[in-house]
Amino acid sequence: MKTIPTLGDILQAQGVSRRGFMKYCAATASLLALPPAMVPRIANALEQARRPSVIWLSFQECTGCTESLTRSSSPTLEGLIFDSISLDYHHTLQAASGDAAEAARHAAMEENMGQYLVLVDGSIPMGNPGFSTIAGISNYDMLMETVEGAAAVVAIGSCAAFGGIPGANPNPTGAVSVQDLVKDKPVVNVPGCPPIPMVITAVLAQFLTFGQLPELDIHGRPMAFFGQTIHDRCYRRPFYEQGKFAETFDDEGARKGWCLFKLGCKGPITYNACATVKWNAGTSFPIESGHPCLGCSEPGFWDKGGFYAPLSTGKFDSGEKLAGAAVAGVALGAAAAVAGRRRQAKYTKEA
Amino acid sequence: MNSQKPVRSAIPYSRGNVKPLLNEIIHALDRLLDDDEPTAIDLASLPFAPGELEELERALGHGELKAELDALGKSVIRETAYPGVWWLEHRNTAGEIVGRYIEITRTPEILMSQDADIGAGRARLRDSFDNSGPEFNKEAGK
Repeated sequence: MKTIPTLGDILQAQGVSRRGFMKYCAATASLLALPPAMVPRIANALEQARRPSVIWLSFQECTGCTESLTRSSSPTLEGLIFDSISLDYHHTLQAASGDAAEAARHAAMEENMGQYLVLVDGSIPMGNPGFSTIAGISNYDMLMETVEGAAAVVAIGSCAAFGGIPGANPNPTGAVSVQDLVKDKPVVNVPGCPPIPMVITAVLAQFLTFGQLPELDIHGRPMAFFGQTIHDRCYRRPFYEQGKFAETFDDEGARKGWCLFKLGCKGPITYNACATVKWNAGTSFPIESGHPCLGCSEPGFWDKGGFYAPLSTGKFDSGEKLAGAAVAGVALGAAAAVAGRRRQAKYTKEA
Repeated sequence: MNSQKPVRSAIPYSRGNVKPLLNEIIHALDRLLDDDEPTAIDLASLPFAPGELEELERALGHGELKAELDALGKSVIRETAYPGVWWLEHRNTAGEIVGRYIEITRTPEILMSQDADIGAGRARLRDSFDNSGPEFNKEAGK
């Protein structure tokens, strides 16, 4: 097995000062949603960390997840590729193609047997192998061959995590998620359409820093980012409690930034970090831009009724509790959200 | 009308997230003075409404000291109008914000010269001194 330099060795060789390294560690702590007091521990761990080999497989996807990652600001993609991980295969980003690309994948697997990470975006078609192939290899065969020697698998985006758009009704390709097929390796789901870039890099940073995968919720999502609903951390939540709602996209409520629940916001049943991590280098998130949350990080979100239908009228609950809370705008909101979440869990089981 | 023009909300600034944070800072100052215990607050972990971060920055104001760090991108380390309360902003090489913190401490750790850097600098200086001819020694002795 080849000798892999530590991150400390690499940064030292690049002339990065200790101050620069501490800054990097502070950004990493923030990325991992850890308190700043953890920075010294992160610094110690990162100094000794060795770059893990990463193989990225893209199946039935739109490349939106890769687009999202390339907009990660902390650390930058180039920093991530060259300093923190060894991205040995990614057919959208790599220069090699065809046999040369496949040879690079096999070489990375052999050299890092049992230690490399496999990142997957896109779902896997089970209806007919010909629906999606790479270098003449079916998505299923490539996935199963590649994960065999992996330390863990990270499903990037809602397609890889839950089937996503390809898996939406009527699911013409028989699309399934990574966790439907990979049963003997740890699978981390980083859903979203696309996922927040910082969350993708945070999972890699966690593995790099502590040599282990993050704590996961019942859907296999990292708790640090999917432990609370959008609604829980939404700055518009006080309006929900006060019963102040936008009824249309151009009414007084919309102009005053009131709650978007009645315009179909799925924030109360959607677990994600958009409200705090935000998008475009921390600029804003959909609700801050005046649009309801679509619930894109939840299983089966495409098949749950209209994006603009309030939760109280959709397929998420019987509607009575949620509608009652929305119309009355009382503290029942929290209970209704819990009811919505319970229904969400039930939906996932049924799916 | 220019469709590319960013849309700004007419929402009034405060949603009440700033005042509790200022209270937290007062408690952190208590801990610093009474127990010599510093505190760091990661602003990325808090759900600010549009304009609230700016409101917080205005509330804390500017103090006597401001330092710029150039390491893996620019950083600004600035004491606020309240001694012991520091505003730190880290950017990456592309100029994007990668971290914003309030530190309640006497001097933020990142401002201090680090042992590893001091050691490396000493070695560099020794090297230059040893490998330089009389002209360097003359310059250094000026």
